[in-house]
Amino acid sequence: MRSGLFLMICLMVGAAIFGAALMLNNDYYFFAGYVVLQYVVLATAWNILGGYCGYVNFGSAAFFALGAYSTVALHKLYPLPVPLLVIVGGVISGIVGLGMGYLTLRLRGAFFAIATLALAVVLQTLIVNWDFVGGSRGAYIVRPEAIAPFGSYIKYLFLVMMLLAIGAINLARLIERSRLGYGFATIRDDELAAEASGVPTLRLKLIATTISGALMGMAGAPLPYYIGFLQPSSAFGLDYAVNAIAMPLIGGTTSWAGPLVGAVLLGSLQQLATVTISSAVNLLIVGLLLVGFVIIAPNGIIGLVQKYIRHRPVAQVGRRKIEADATGHVP
Amino acid sequence: MSCTTTAAGTAADPPAAAAGADALLTIDNLGKRFGGFVALDGISLKVKAGERLGLIGPNGSGKSTLVNCICGTLRNEVGSVTFDGRRLDSMSAHQRTRRGLSRTFQLPRPFASLSLADNMRVPLLYTVAARGATHGAADIAERCLALLREVGLESKAERLPRELTQVEMRKLELARAMAAEPMLLIADESMAGLTHSEVEEILALLMRLNAQGVTIILIEHIMSAVMSFSQRLAVLVSGRKIADGEPNAVMRDPEVERAYLGQ
Repeated sequence: MRSGLFLMICLMVGAAIFGAALMLNNDYYFFAGYVVLQYVVLATAWNILGGYCGYVNFGSAAFFALGAYSTVALHKLYPLPVPLLVIVGGVISGIVGLGMGYLTLRLRGAFFAIATLALAVVLQTLIVNWDFVGGSRGAYIVRPEAIAPFGSYIKYLFLVMMLLAIGAINLARLIERSRLGYGFATIRDDELAAEASGVPTLRLKLIATTISGALMGMAGAPLPYYIGFLQPSSAFGLDYAVNAIAMPLIGGTTSWAGPLVGAVLLGSLQQLATVTISSAVNLLIVGLLLVGFVIIAPNGIIGLVQKYIRHRPVAQVGRRKIEADATGHVP
Repeated sequence: MSCTTTAAGTAADPPAAAAGADALLTIDNLGKRFGGFVALDGISLKVKAGERLGLIGPNGSGKSTLVNCICGTLRNEVGSVTFDGRRLDSMSAHQRTRRGLSRTFQLPRPFASLSLADNMRVPLLYTVAARGATHGAADIAERCLALLREVGLESKAERLPRELTQVEMRKLELARAMAAEPMLLIADESMAGLTHSEVEEILALLMRLNAQGVTIILIEHIMSAVMSFSQRLAVLVSGRKIADGEPNAVMRDPEVERAYLGQ
């Protein structure tokens, strides 16, 4: 499917979801939907580095928080429209992603993962000690009650996050099917062989960390307007780091659809658990599902579907052969 | 290409014919250490364009380290590597590949998540395209299939490497190296673990490549294959080059006999 057509379909699906939520006439659906969409962006962003390139980033929350705190800082200097804040958050996180990549990409496996975790700790320490953005006390951002033509502000935030999710999915799909995507796949499979095939692995990894970091920051930029009060423990929350990894793993890491499926499934389950049981069980759900998927479907839901599709024609051929043997002709 | 040497020489005294000015690859006094272990000790070697060089030596003699230093996987601490008139020492591995230096790995390292056709596509996209060649998607797809056809894997173009046999994996490795359209191909133990007929198949493939003008360095333990393939033979022992010359003369060299058969 062509990229333009895919984008159109995404926009139509997005419009349909927004329309359906409007018809339900309950702001809760926008609050819950915002969180799910935010995880779609975060999971897609993580997957560009973790899934496509095979570099596991435990510091997703740091990039997410960086986007959120760039909004807080800008809000104090000069309030800007949310789409502009999203872009600024993306640029700042992208630059930090590039820097992190430059410092850590000579590491591999667990060493790289630990380095990204260290980055999150360092950034959180910096934010905790930065009074301008509220430090450890946190910062209040008063969300406007309404915005024309949407009515309540949450509808506007939902729409911004919806467009961001559509943008992230389309970007991931574009990368996957491009020269860059092949390069990323070779890095994931075998870096030494990739270099021997002419792939500039370091440059590609820097591109991946920049894009991934930028998207995470963009996902975090509207957060202060969503929650109204931002403190380091909520912006750097474990939920973001764990979900950013678990959602692509459960959905499948080798395709753009994996993080989308994982985020919608896990995000919706978590929202359901929050209103029916308690938000405290959210990480328990993630943990149980992750253990289950690692055992049953290590390549995630998309991997399971691909395996089924790959094997289905073989099974049909086998059946036909048996029928041919029995009846003397091939149906 | 005619045989280039007539007698075994030493590292300090390379055969005159091989030391010609038209060398495609010149390795000069190359040295590499791993901690206190000297892996390469002042290796000097020249390879002429179109030549078929056999590189042999016992396990641990430094053959693969030498290949890694030539291809940029490892950085040499001493000496230099010059390829096609350009010093490679400061270049990364992918830059060297783009300049026309290609290799296979001792243990095949296919891109496991990519189909066989896509394994071919990667060097075409990243190496051949980087040299300025512009191909459409259809041209690249056709080239991928042509490369797989060359090694008899066309029918498995959409399969994953894990579905291949050992010999097919070796062929895939060679095909991917060929996809980079190299001037010099280093085949590092491409025949290890193969049967006699499979060795013959790989040898025929390498000969065809050489006939197309590709210079080949063959690193191999199967002596019959090395002897039938090589126009010149270099021997490494304990990181030093102990002989370099016409294959039969090299194999009669007392130092080579000692290295292989003991005192």
